[in-house]
Amino acid sequence: MKALYLVAIGNVPEQVMDWIESTAAEWFPVPIRRLSPREIPERAYDANRKQYQSVEVMKLLAQIVPPDSCRLLGVTDVDLAIPMLSFLFGQAQVDGPVALVSLCRLRQEFYGLPADESALRSRLTKEVLHELGHTFGLVHCNNAKCAMSLATHIQRVDEKDERYCEQCGTQLVQRFSSLEAEVI
Amino acid sequence: MKKNWPILVVDDEEVMCESMAAWLREDGYRVDTAPNGQKAVELAKSSDYAICFVDLKMPGGMDGIETMMEIRRVRPEASVIIITAYATVDTAIQAMKEGAQEYIVKPCNPQEISMLVSRILKLKKLQSENAILRKKLTRQYRHHDIITKNPRMEEILALTQEIASLRSTVLIRGESGTGKELVARAVHFSGNRAEKPFIVVSCAALTETLLESELFGYEKGAFTGAAGQAKGKFELADGGTIFLDEIGDISPKLQADLLRVLQERRFYRVGGNQEVEVDVRVIAATNKNLAEEVQQGRFREDLYYRLNVIEIKLPPLRERREDIPLLAEHFVQRISSELGREISGITAAALKLLIAYDWPGNVRELENVIERAIVTCHNGMLDEQDFCWLQKKDSTAQSWDVPDVPLGELERRAIVAALERKHGNVKEASAALGIDRSTLYDKLKRYEISHRN
Repeated sequence: MKALYLVAIGNVPEQVMDWIESTAAEWFPVPIRRLSPREIPERAYDANRKQYQSVEVMKLLAQIVPPDSCRLLGVTDVDLAIPMLSFLFGQAQVDGPVALVSLCRLRQEFYGLPADESALRSRLTKEVLHELGHTFGLVHCNNAKCAMSLATHIQRVDEKDERYCEQCGTQLVQRFSSLEAEVI
Repeated sequence: MKKNWPILVVDDEEVMCESMAAWLREDGYRVDTAPNGQKAVELAKSSDYAICFVDLKMPGGMDGIETMMEIRRVRPEASVIIITAYATVDTAIQAMKEGAQEYIVKPCNPQEISMLVSRILKLKKLQSENAILRKKLTRQYRHHDIITKNPRMEEILALTQEIASLRSTVLIRGESGTGKELVARAVHFSGNRAEKPFIVVSCAALTETLLESELFGYEKGAFTGAAGQAKGKFELADGGTIFLDEIGDISPKLQADLLRVLQERRFYRVGGNQEVEVDVRVIAATNKNLAEEVQQGRFREDLYYRLNVIEIKLPPLRERREDIPLLAEHFVQRISSELGREISGITAAALKLLIAYDWPGNVRELENVIERAIVTCHNGMLDEQDFCWLQKKDSTAQSWDVPDVPLGELERRAIVAALERKHGNVKEASAALGIDRSTLYDKLKRYEISHRN
């Protein structure tokens, strides 16, 4: 059976990887495995913007997808962006094998507030469900409570529930069962 | 229905194009990318993009403003958003002057782009609904509103264009629901009478006396209840076109009156003694075989020839099955928009079912079937289940109403019908009837049928 792989890109606390593993195991009925951490590609750094270009990290992920993987989720602690947008919480290939989430803007410290572990874990859960949902073909949902709704700022992430809405959940189950023979 | 609003991203930097496209795809849009202006214009020719993001500075070839102008020439409805890394007032003013919908500086906040895209698409959705409703209201259909890729229909459409500005009378024949009125409107609205009235009269709906006053109007006191003078449809259509639907159903007296109008373009109002002169083009339609009605003595031969100056015979839907997918997709888009339902299309299996069905009620029946399916559909896509009742209807054997006529007459009618279907081709008609050619020739002679007609 093919597995859902996780990989830390750069320095990511082990505890955070454990949280993600338990979230993934709760929602996706496949074995969850981890790859050894990878360094963040130097070329990804944009000195002018003091951010990392998400596209370069996604390219790295695409190169290291294990043959027995159904999906690969990269986790990083750096601030991600693309040329057009000032930042990203994460990125995914819709219906594709790789996705990426960043912890940077999910941390309270980024907004000048004291660290809050439970807020970070809750936000991370939502973003992991969101990006992995994309890789299984889900697109943004109009239900603001759903993990698949589009969050363009941190308050919108906080408004979401740590779950898919009924419609997206059903779609995910259908998608999963139709892909089962093919990818798992 | 996000997939109905495709987006194009134009930038010479591949990273910019692909990352922006990936971000928009997460929102459910169909996104294409182009590395330069030439490729963008090429893509715009084949795809109706709702929004084009165009980078202002692209080295070599067309720059952003030139690309935008070319795209807008090909697709005037497309909204172009100019992207730039360096904002200057001059370029912003120039971009807006040349028709850019927005001008944004990269990088920008995801919320800004998200709101911009949804604002533009909301407007486009309203514009599209407005266009559909306005068209429905005025019913000013032109020939490009008739959806077809059937060669016979295309010939008919070409003919409507050729005859649009003539005053010659047109007779449109075809089964119920084949779109006779739509073709009549296409003739009227494509010609030099388009700005003048298009008046429809359904001849079968009214009794002889009512139809007479409806067509020619009446004077005060012409009959009980005629409290004042009233104009008839012929006067109302002055300068324009009158469409006489179901002309085969009018009484002998009205046939005579109509013949006079067609000959002299003059008539008397009911109860009047002063002639009224009009300049009206007459388009008549019938689902009957008027030549046969003439032969049976039920329709005046002279009127038939007056009406049959230009004849258009519309094929039933079962003889233009290649149009069923086109028509079905068109109705899904239009009706779901009118009913406010989010239906994105029809599955291939459902289309197969629609293509196989015989459509006795023709295009009108297809339209009604799609509307019913949209109302009862629950999963955003019309599938076989939404049309299962159609299969049942189809499988119940249709009873054949045999008219009370001699056997010979039935044979004669079968031969005439076969010849009509095969456009006078005796070889094909004999094959369809299951007899050989010499037998068919014998029968043509016996029944005095001319296969050249």
